[in-house]
Amino acid sequence: MAGDPALQAVPTRSAPRNEGPRRWSPQLWAAPPAAALALFFLYPLALVVRQSFQPDSGGTSVRPYADVFASQAFRHALWTTVWLAVASTAGCLVLGFLLALVISFVPFPGAKGVARFIDVYLSFPSFLITLALLFIYGTTGIIGSFQFLTTPWGVLLAEVTYFTPFVMRPLLAAFSQLDTAQLEAASSLGARAPRIVRRVILPEALPALAAGGSLVLVLCLNEFGIVLFTGAKGVTTLPMLVYGKAILESDYPGACVVAVVNVLISVGLYGLYRVVSRRAGA
Amino acid sequence: MWAVFLVLFLPLFALPLLVVLGASFATHWPGVLPAGLTTDNYRAATRGEALQALTTSLLTAAGASLLALVVGTWAALAGAALNRRYRRLMDALFVLPVAVPSVVVGLSVLVAFSQPPMLLNGTRWIVILAHTVLVTAFAHQSASAAIARLDPACEQAAASLGARPSYVLLRVRLPLLLPSLTAAAGLCFALSMGELSATMMLYPPDWTPLPVLIYAATDRGALFTGSAVAVVLMAATLLVLFAVSRVRTRASYR
Repeated sequence: MAGDPALQAVPTRSAPRNEGPRRWSPQLWAAPPAAALALFFLYPLALVVRQSFQPDSGGTSVRPYADVFASQAFRHALWTTVWLAVASTAGCLVLGFLLALVISFVPFPGAKGVARFIDVYLSFPSFLITLALLFIYGTTGIIGSFQFLTTPWGVLLAEVTYFTPFVMRPLLAAFSQLDTAQLEAASSLGARAPRIVRRVILPEALPALAAGGSLVLVLCLNEFGIVLFTGAKGVTTLPMLVYGKAILESDYPGACVVAVVNVLISVGLYGLYRVVSRRAGA
Repeated sequence: MWAVFLVLFLPLFALPLLVVLGASFATHWPGVLPAGLTTDNYRAATRGEALQALTTSLLTAAGASLLALVVGTWAALAGAALNRRYRRLMDALFVLPVAVPSVVVGLSVLVAFSQPPMLLNGTRWIVILAHTVLVTAFAHQSASAAIARLDPACEQAAASLGARPSYVLLRVRLPLLLPSLTAAAGLCFALSMGELSATMMLYPPDWTPLPVLIYAATDRGALFTGSAVAVVLMAATLLVLFAVSRVRTRASYR
């Protein structure tokens, strides 16, 4: 540490006793990991942004942006990515809410086991779901040979299947803090189950739903494995386009432009998620 | 309600895993159930390039999660000592890799380390580096959550008895953090084992992790062999997770 001797030279102004004597300032301790992050993550990202302004023909211009934005493939991918992510999120929210409701409020043996199963499930990679769907809906599948998986609906099904537990986790946490006395009061006053869900449980669940939903939205926007494994040429999302342009076509400026767009969308949404989830206390 | 639950939950979540498991023991799948039961797929999945891919994945995941744990814990410990403004900056910085698509992380590492002075492209280190970047965010988040839960009385007591900061760190704080850190290591390991998107952008021919091999198998139509490799991947992940004994997930830290 380069600054060490300089700091050691002024130890006489000792810190308060309960904080212990400090030889190095906290900022100095934070510097090495921050520098590592900057070198291996921020600097490469900056290079991607720089390369997105450098067409193969040389010089610095916004040509790559103009080219990419004008291409049909990019607009199609952008649209596919957004509607798939929104639709998957909606599906996850509905399904996750229903399942969390059943797990939390319907007493049945093994609810603990289910929570544990969700944890295990989430530690597996997402493409396993598509792999399984290939057997169920693929050409030699259980349901039979129709080209369901190569359409966006196949991707939608896979994303809902994989990401629903991400909605269930915050919901289960929220429901476990819900006071059951409220539910008992409501039902003793004659409210039926649908009304209790709508008027008592749903308002309590809203912050958790918002937090889980925006997380799933970001994850779906960035999902790559599920789409790759369907082998669908018709379904191209932004991450697929980045991969295709960089690895298959060696069009690095183009890939960088798509990457910049993808990062802007997902970082913006993730920022929103952090704000929402902090407010939800999740 | 029981029935509703079984109808909704089992097909949706358990079925995909069971299908992959069933397919891994079969040669074809003509109807509702797989047929042509065999263990040949596993013989193929535990030798040759598949075995090499398994060691590749295990080494990559172990390296990446150890590195991520060191960097993430260091950042979290250092961040906890900072004042509020710097701490929030540090948190925001270290959470950023979660929000950036992993394909883009792969692309950026590829762009940055394909040229001198840091020429890593074509070596195994570029894969390990990308995995480390991707999982450091989770290590950092879980370490800082654990640090926030620490009882300051312990370290204050140690310090008031004359222990130096390094002693307090090594003998008081780190031991208290250890359970959370092992859980974080398990999470990082599992994520790295299943990482596909950044790896597809980066892997050199002699460092092919399991997910890439599974994709290659399914892409050329060898679905049943691919399933067996996938089961090997799941089993290896589970074994390590149970070894660190507490299963944590992305969802609990995002």
